[in-house]
Amino acid sequence: MSQRNAILEKLNKRLDRPDDLKAKEAIRTRLQGHSKNLIPKRGTIPQDQQVTLFRKEAEKVNASIVSVSSYDDIPAIVSAYLRQHQLPAQIKIAPDPRLKSLDWTASTSLMVNDGRADGDDPVSVSHAIGGVAETGTLVMTSGPESPTSLNFLPLDHIVVVRADDIAGDYEALWDRIRQTAADQGTPGKLPRTVNWITGPSRTADIEQTLLLGAHGPQRLHIIMIETADTTSPEA
Amino acid sequence: MESMSPEFKNNARGAIANDPLQAALGKLTHGFPKKRAEAAARLPEFDDLRDLARDIKDHVLENLDLYLETYEAKVIEMGGYVHWCSTAQDARETILDICRKADAKTVTKSKSMISEEIAVNRYLEDYGIEAIETDLGEYIIQLRKEPPSHIIAPAIHLSKEQVADTFREAHQDLDASRDLDEPRALLEEARAKLRDKFIHADVGLTGANMLIAETGTNVLVTNEGNADLTNNLPRVHIVLASIEKIVPTLEDASTILRVLARSATGQEISVYTTFCTGPKRPEDLDGPEEYHVVLLDNGRTDMIGSEFHEMLRCIRCGSCLNHCPIYKSVGGHAYGWVYSGPMGAVLIPNLIGMEEAQHLPNASTLCGKCETVCPMRIPLPRMLRKWRERQYKSELGSAKARWSLSAWAWLAKRPALYRPMMNFGIAILGQFGGRGRFKSLPLAGGWTSKRDLAAPAGDTFINQYHNGARGDQSGELMRRGVIK
Repeated sequence: MSQRNAILEKLNKRLDRPDDLKAKEAIRTRLQGHSKNLIPKRGTIPQDQQVTLFRKEAEKVNASIVSVSSYDDIPAIVSAYLRQHQLPAQIKIAPDPRLKSLDWTASTSLMVNDGRADGDDPVSVSHAIGGVAETGTLVMTSGPESPTSLNFLPLDHIVVVRADDIAGDYEALWDRIRQTAADQGTPGKLPRTVNWITGPSRTADIEQTLLLGAHGPQRLHIIMIETADTTSPEA
Repeated sequence: MESMSPEFKNNARGAIANDPLQAALGKLTHGFPKKRAEAAARLPEFDDLRDLARDIKDHVLENLDLYLETYEAKVIEMGGYVHWCSTAQDARETILDICRKADAKTVTKSKSMISEEIAVNRYLEDYGIEAIETDLGEYIIQLRKEPPSHIIAPAIHLSKEQVADTFREAHQDLDASRDLDEPRALLEEARAKLRDKFIHADVGLTGANMLIAETGTNVLVTNEGNADLTNNLPRVHIVLASIEKIVPTLEDASTILRVLARSATGQEISVYTTFCTGPKRPEDLDGPEEYHVVLLDNGRTDMIGSEFHEMLRCIRCGSCLNHCPIYKSVGGHAYGWVYSGPMGAVLIPNLIGMEEAQHLPNASTLCGKCETVCPMRIPLPRMLRKWRERQYKSELGSAKARWSLSAWAWLAKRPALYRPMMNFGIAILGQFGGRGRFKSLPLAGGWTSKRDLAAPAGDTFINQYHNGARGDQSGELMRRGVIK
């Protein structure tokens, strides 16, 4: 008997359920329904307050955040950030059309490449699919336009997120991810990676001393696109 | 891993006499409980979420075989492989086999308690494959060839000076006169050393905080980001997880995540929560080409339906360690195996045998704090008592202890004899001790050589109760709706 069957049969015997078929059906229903459990009140406030709460929570965990009214403001903001932290004028951006289509060189002398991170990139710029106000968490999904290595290899990570993509709770983002999968004709399938990112990397493994920048980025800078008309440039 | 659990008593004595360890434990246990209490207070729904988290895992455990089949089917559908392993040796061989097929020279690892359980690092090294721990704490103890002393803060027993010494010895290619006085310098050095390893590793081996049946996903929670570099950069990602890690849906995982970090470090949520599903998609620019899940039993199926069934709800937050007076006194190494604290004292005898771990369930004052803070509401004190009962029944433990217990039980079951004896004894002790403490006492030297014994109040509880000293219970009775 395979180890698989040995384990499953032993479990089945020990659990000794009265009706396996009924249990199976109940599980199928539960998975298909994937109903929400208790959502903390903190996550159910109106959308404009969610943006404020997101900002507060993100700053509390050492992220910095700046609001702009248009995607076109991003190159100047990035350039100022690099100067402020005395970083080389060189960035690796996610090949997201909303970032790629920006005129990076009009007002700056940035060297801009796109693609995955290779370990030598000091700064990356990527786009989140949304944020969760409850804990100031960014949500990123992997894909050809959003390589995951950009989120972790560079020492400085700059993330663009649209204010109207901020939700109160994690569950709202799961709804969105499921909807995207369904729209793409792959219902029920997650991208290879979904990353919840809440502040920059940290450790307290040495004498409980909190240090930022353990293996992931030491700084997390969030650029929030906050405008009444948040149509993205390629739209 | 081989156990040193039979040596608990000696280990504990050594730990109490170890000043640097005591200093480290002091820092740990004052920090985490305070932060947990603050995080819990900030979330009014915290206790309700704990109830839900418990119910989710109870439901999964009641249907574990069905959930495992569902999860497996989904992993395969998403392009991954599932390997079922009954024992530690099966899991070691499976992992070696995957590494060999990938022609792996190096394996990066993020922290996994299961991998400690099966001691996979040494096994891989025996076969010429380098396994590198990447969590900072795990990296430090790997260099020192020590087991973790805390399930979420594995190097918590060390001072920064000890870490500096370890790095000087391990990193001899670096300038010997470099300054390693501050934790920041130590972190920078480890970060630089591990960077190359991350980029050039052939296989990434991670654990899993949860496995999601709905989507065939594994959840990884870290603050450092090391698990992400481990799963994203190498050609092959292996997830090593024990079978009870299943949760039904993404929503259920989210509920449990709301209590995990708050209970562990007092953070609202850990910095990185990662959901990995299968290998990279053809159009993806990064990610592993192969995705393997090694599902390990190693004693869990025997716990299903047993008196220790509920222990399988554990999400390894470490809260019970941080609040345990015994753990706070002796640290994790004294327990002699991978796990420690109250969860270790319940789990270890299940995994390595009651005889081998017989001291651990006795290393508890049964104060109950562990159950109070457990996010999954595991009745740890009750389970510790269960082990003690089993030990008594199977005649483990010293003859003297067993005889004393039998004598006391015999007496306690005979109130007509017990009460006069207690009245007499307590009156005598009360008179000699006044309202203070005994510094020494005949027949109680084992206790009083290390600490004072509080003198009894001079009267028994039953006498005080009969004499009307019942206190005012009206508040409690009103709360319970007995009176208005």
